[in-house]
Amino acid sequence: MLTLRLALRNVLGTGIRAWLNALIISLALVVATWNQGLVSGMDEQAAQAAQAIEFGGGQYWQEKYDPFDPLTLDEAHAPLPPALQALVDDGRAAAVLVLQGSIYPRGRMRSILLKGIDPGQPILDFPTAKITADGGELPALIGGRFAKAAGLARGDSVTLRWREPGGAFNAQDAAVAHVMSTTVASIDSNQVWLPLAKLQEMARLPGEATLVVLARGTPPPPAPPGWTFRDADYLLRDLRELVKAKSYGRTIFLVIFLSLGMLAIFDTQVLAIFRRRREIGTLVALGFTRGQVIRLFTLEGALYGFLAVILGALYGLPLLWLQARAGFPVPTGTEDMGISIGERIYPAYSAGLILGIVLVSLLVTTVVSLLPTRRIARLKPTDALRGRMS
Amino acid sequence: MADEKLIRTENLVKIFPMGSSKVTALNRVTLSFQAGEFAGLVGPSGSGKTTFLNIVGTLDAPSSGSAFVLGRTVEGLSHREAAWLRNRSIGFIFQTFNLLPVYTAYENVEFPLLLLKTPAAQRRKMVMDALDWVGLADRARSRPAQLSGGESQRVAIARAMVKKPPLLLADEPTANLDAENSHHILQTMEKLNRQLATSFLFATHDEKVIGYLRRKITLVDGRVAGDENCRARGAEGTEPC
Ligand SMILES: Nc1ncnc2c1ncn2[C@@H]1O[C@H](COP(=O)(O)OP(=O)(O)O)[C@@H](O)[C@H]1O
Ligand SMILES: [Mg+2]
Repeated sequence: MLTLRLALRNVLGTGIRAWLNALIISLALVVATWNQGLVSGMDEQAAQAAQAIEFGGGQYWQEKYDPFDPLTLDEAHAPLPPALQALVDDGRAAAVLVLQGSIYPRGRMRSILLKGIDPGQPILDFPTAKITADGGELPALIGGRFAKAAGLARGDSVTLRWREPGGAFNAQDAAVAHVMSTTVASIDSNQVWLPLAKLQEMARLPGEATLVVLARGTPPPPAPPGWTFRDADYLLRDLRELVKAKSYGRTIFLVIFLSLGMLAIFDTQVLAIFRRRREIGTLVALGFTRGQVIRLFTLEGALYGFLAVILGALYGLPLLWLQARAGFPVPTGTEDMGISIGERIYPAYSAGLILGIVLVSLLVTTVVSLLPTRRIARLKPTDALRGRMS
Repeated sequence: MADEKLIRTENLVKIFPMGSSKVTALNRVTLSFQAGEFAGLVGPSGSGKTTFLNIVGTLDAPSSGSAFVLGRTVEGLSHREAAWLRNRSIGFIFQTFNLLPVYTAYENVEFPLLLLKTPAAQRRKMVMDALDWVGLADRARSRPAQLSGGESQRVAIARAMVKKPPLLLADEPTANLDAENSHHILQTMEKLNRQLATSFLFATHDEKVIGYLRRKITLVDGRVAGDENCRARGAEGTEPC
C-alpha cells in the first residue's frame, strides 16, 4: 500500500513526462483496438455479404460437387429430391445448376462456369431478375470484372459452348442482359448466369441441380440421400482465413507502435533509476528492503500502463464509437482481396477485445518496467547514497 | 554475544577494491559507545568516518572484525533483518538532506511510521510532535523544493527522530548549511539527545559540530588516532572539544 502510494506520487509528480509516456502507450492501445475492431468488422461484414450474395443460410450440395475441382462438375448434378423441391416451391431455397463451358469472345477461348438460377429467386441478393427470359435471345448475367477481362459489354452477343451428358458438345448464342458490379469474386470471375430452366433445357438435365441455397434463418431440414448439407460456418471458412491472413500486415504496424511505447517506459525507468539513486539509498536507509525498492520502481512503470488505459479510454472510446457508427471508407485495393464488404467498413469492438488489449498492455508494461530494476538489485545502498552507481 | 553497550566494534576492517589495488578505509577500529552519548568521528576527508557510520548503520558489512549494534551483530544480519533494524531503531541524517521530493514535509516525517505500520491515530500526533521539536510545525504542507537548506535538514531530523530511535547517525549534517543554520540544528539535536535519550553519532570535520560534541574520536587513515571526552557546552570540568 505504502509502495503503491509512493509510486503514484512519484509518477504524477513527474508531470508532463508521465503523461507523454502514457499518451504514447495509449496511442498504441487505441490503434490496436481500432485495428482489431476493423478486422473483426471486416470479417463480420464480409461474412454477411457472402451469405447474402452467395451462401445463403447454408447449401445442399449434390454429393459429387466439389467447388475446387471443376472436373467433378460433369457428374455433380441430380434431380431435385422432393424435400428440396418443396423448399424451392415454398420460396425458401433456390436451386443452382453448375456446368463447365467455354466462350469465345474476340476469338479466344475462355473456360467458364455456366450457372443456372431461377430469375425470380428471392434468396440471393444479386440481380437475377435481369435474366428473366422473354422469349427472345438467351439472356446472360455476368459480373463486372469478368466483363472487363473478357471484353464484354451489355448487349453483346456471345457464343456459349458446353458438353452434353453424352459427351457431345453443343453451342448457343446468348446476349449479355446485364453486367452486375459486385465485389464477390465467386459469383463474378469466369461465370455466366443463365435462367435455370433454360440451362436445364440446353443441357438436357430437366429438373436437375448441383446445389440448393437455403434462405437465411430457415432451419435446415435433414439432407436427402445423395445430398450433403454445408452450413454457413463451413462455407465461410475460406473467407475467414483470408481476412485473417490480410490482417497480419497490420499487426506489424501494431507491434512497432507498441514497441515504441515500451521503449519509452524502459528508457524512463533506466533514467529514473540513475537519477534517483540517492533516493534509492535514502529509502533503504529508512528501512526499505531491496525488494520493496524494486517493487516501487516496477509499480511506477506499470502505472504508466494504467494511466495509458485511462487516457486511451478518455479519447479512444468516443473516437472508436464514432468510427463504429460512421464506418470507414474501404481502402482502394481491398476489392482485389476478393472480399466483399460494401462501401464502408464498420469496425466491431467486443468487450472481450478491449479487455484483452488492456490486460496484455498492463502485463507488458509491468514486465518492461521490471527489467531495468535489475540495476537496483546490484546497487549498493552506500554507493547510492554517495550518488554513485555500482 | 549480547552486549550492554549500544555500539561496539572489534578490529573492524573495511577494504574497498580500487581497480587493481585496494583502499583500506577502516583499519582495525575497536570502539564502543554507551547509550545517551553525543559523540563524533572527526578527521580529514577520506579518513573512514562515513564507512564506519555505514557499517554501524547496517548499510554495509565489514571486511573483517565485528560490529555489534543494539544487541545485533551487523555481519550476521540478513537484508530483511537489517532493513527492519534501520526502520525501527536507527535514524539517519545526511549531508544532502535526502528528503523524498514528491512528499510534503509532513509526509516525509510520516514515512518511517507508515513503514512501521503505526496506527493512523498515533501517527498524526507523532508527526506533529516531531515537527514541533525542530520548529517547523507551520511548514508541514511545504514540499522540499519550497524549503531552505536549514529547514530541509530540520525536516530530515524530524524524520529521523519521529520514531524515537535509540540511535541516530548523522553524516556531515552541517556541510551544506550556513553557520546560523548549523548552530540551530545542532542545538535541536542536543536538545533531543537530552529529552529523548537518543544517542547521537556524528561524522564531521566541521569545527562548529565539534564544539557541541561530548566525545571526539579522531580517525586518521582508517585508524583511531584519538578518543577524548570533552566538556558539554556551558558545563564545568573538562576542556571543550
Ligand atoms: N564504495 C567505495 N569504493 C571504493 N572506495 C571507497 C568507497 N567508499 C569509500 N571509499 C574510500 O575509503 C576511504 C574512506 O572513505 P570515507 O569513509 O567516505 O571517508 P570520510 O567519510 O572520512 O571522508 C576513502 O579513501 C574513500 O575513497
Ligand atoms: Mg564522509
